[in-house]
Amino acid sequence: MALLELQKINKNFGGVQALHNVSLTIEGGEIYGLIGPNGAGKTTLFNVITGVYSPSSGGVEFNGESLVGRKPHQVAISGIARTFQNIRLFQKMTVLENVMIGTHANTSTGPIGAIFNTKSARSEEKLIRVQSRAWLDYVGILSQADNLAKNLSYGDQRRLEIARALAMKPKLLALDEPAAGMNATETDELKLLIRRIRSDGVSILLIEHDVKLIMNLCDRVAVLDYGQKIAEDVPNLVRRDPNVIQAYLGGELP
Amino acid sequence: MREFMQSFLQKVTSNRRVLLLGYVLLFVALAVLPFLLSNTVGRTWVRILDFALIYAMLALGLNIVVGFAGLLDLGYIAFYAVGAYTWALLASPQFDLHLPFWAILPIGAGMAALFGVLLGAPTLRLRGDYLAIVTLGFGEIIRIFLNNLDRPINVTNGPIGINKIDPISIGGADLTRTHEWLGISFSGVHIYYYLLLALLILTIVMCVRLENSRIGRAWLAIREDELAAQAMGINTRNIKLLAFALGASFGGIAGGLFASLQGFVSPESFGLLESIMVLCMVVLGGMGHVYGVLLGALLLTVLPEILRSTASPVQRALFGDVYVDPEALRMLLFGLALILVMLVRPSGLWPAPKRRVALDQDSSRD
Repeated sequence: MALLELQKINKNFGGVQALHNVSLTIEGGEIYGLIGPNGAGKTTLFNVITGVYSPSSGGVEFNGESLVGRKPHQVAISGIARTFQNIRLFQKMTVLENVMIGTHANTSTGPIGAIFNTKSARSEEKLIRVQSRAWLDYVGILSQADNLAKNLSYGDQRRLEIARALAMKPKLLALDEPAAGMNATETDELKLLIRRIRSDGVSILLIEHDVKLIMNLCDRVAVLDYGQKIAEDVPNLVRRDPNVIQAYLGGELP
Repeated sequence: MREFMQSFLQKVTSNRRVLLLGYVLLFVALAVLPFLLSNTVGRTWVRILDFALIYAMLALGLNIVVGFAGLLDLGYIAFYAVGAYTWALLASPQFDLHLPFWAILPIGAGMAALFGVLLGAPTLRLRGDYLAIVTLGFGEIIRIFLNNLDRPINVTNGPIGINKIDPISIGGADLTRTHEWLGISFSGVHIYYYLLLALLILTIVMCVRLENSRIGRAWLAIREDELAAQAMGINTRNIKLLAFALGASFGGIAGGLFASLQGFVSPESFGLLESIMVLCMVVLGGMGHVYGVLLGALLLTVLPEILRSTASPVQRALFGDVYVDPEALRMLLFGLALILVMLVRPSGLWPAPKRRVALDQDSSRD
């Protein structure tokens, strides 16, 4: 059974049709790429999946349950973690605290437990700390744990965003242009990290501008253009698809 | 110099024995303070101290909403009013109800929390300036209600206010009267001082624990980036309402204590200026930092009183007459102090350590 299934998604903003009958499925354990020229609707689709927008029509099914009409935090709790195109960390909190917030949905201490500092609250807090440090170690920025998030280098901020998302223990990790602004070395390291995350059992949805990265990394790729899906297949076939070449280069290759 | 101070403080606070000694000294100092004051500058100053403690509690409550969750609330005094009037109505000749304090305080806190949710629910989508305007309106609505609720059925006595409010009494002993204990005579303001101090310490402990908990982190996350907080699975609606309710309940308790200490409440104690004053305590002290807010509250209640009592005599001694009304001088100096702090220490007198590190790095980068 598919992990995530989009059925004929339409999304209109006033008179603009940002998405037109987009259907796609992501299987468990897969790295799924989504590419398209600027303004093709990639981020809109991403926001529909993560509950920021609700689709004008169509269905989103994740892990067997419908996500339509769910709020972003409910989508997050159901198992889709995301990062943002323009990094959105909690800037004035430490790196460790950022990851600790990622555990929010999987922990339960309430105000009463916090005020009375109950035994379960203390042990949960300890567990959150240990787990969060482990996630920082996983993405390789444990040494920065006590720095403020905003003082990290760009590449490390991206890593922190991924660590924070992983702390939610998602089934699907949705990355919105994670390689944007990275240099070649950082992109290579990111590629390794994404492969490692997949091998640890998390499926990945990857939106990218960097076509080379997508072709290298993904098991399957979908191409969006003007809000429509024009191709979906393994990278090698998508690369040769005339529609895709048309969309990217404006004409047939000679 | 600052580095030296930091390393010194670190050394002192890392040594458990020294830390313990510090706490003991602080405790003793706080315990003898009211006697010191009443024997040197007079009992009025103990009363002023009592009010400082009440305001500190109020400021800590507002700090949850403004400092932690980042929701700018300009009508916070309304919850103080709700707490005060709850006490006034349940323990005064107004309806001839005389409930004991242990029953009224939780009711007052609960009523304030309810009003907090009533304010919070419709304003969940608002942030910043827009939220400030709505909360400002809410604060005024409560005050105007209290002012006009003497018709058609007299509930609040309108602008006249409610008089002869019961003080806190334990086992029939009225705590606003003088009691003798172990050969030392404690007057009402002294007893209230200890009571308020104990409650304030309790409030501080609660605030610090909340801040360092899962809930506190969720508040900070909402303050920093609401969309990212939602993406982390934080139910921002509930967490914001919780901040409103908890903050308001602290205000409600402070209000009840105020009513019982004062023995009288009227709507004019709960005007917009009071809301602004409490907000200033939070901002001036260090938004989001429990001890900073505490410092702000103490400074802003005690300093104006010192000014009030010295402004006239000093002017008379220097110029032979009083030229500037102490009240006018108070607002003048207050405004000046506010501008100075915002220019020199934009994050408050004693900001949260982490935040200060960030701001220092910001300024060194320029």
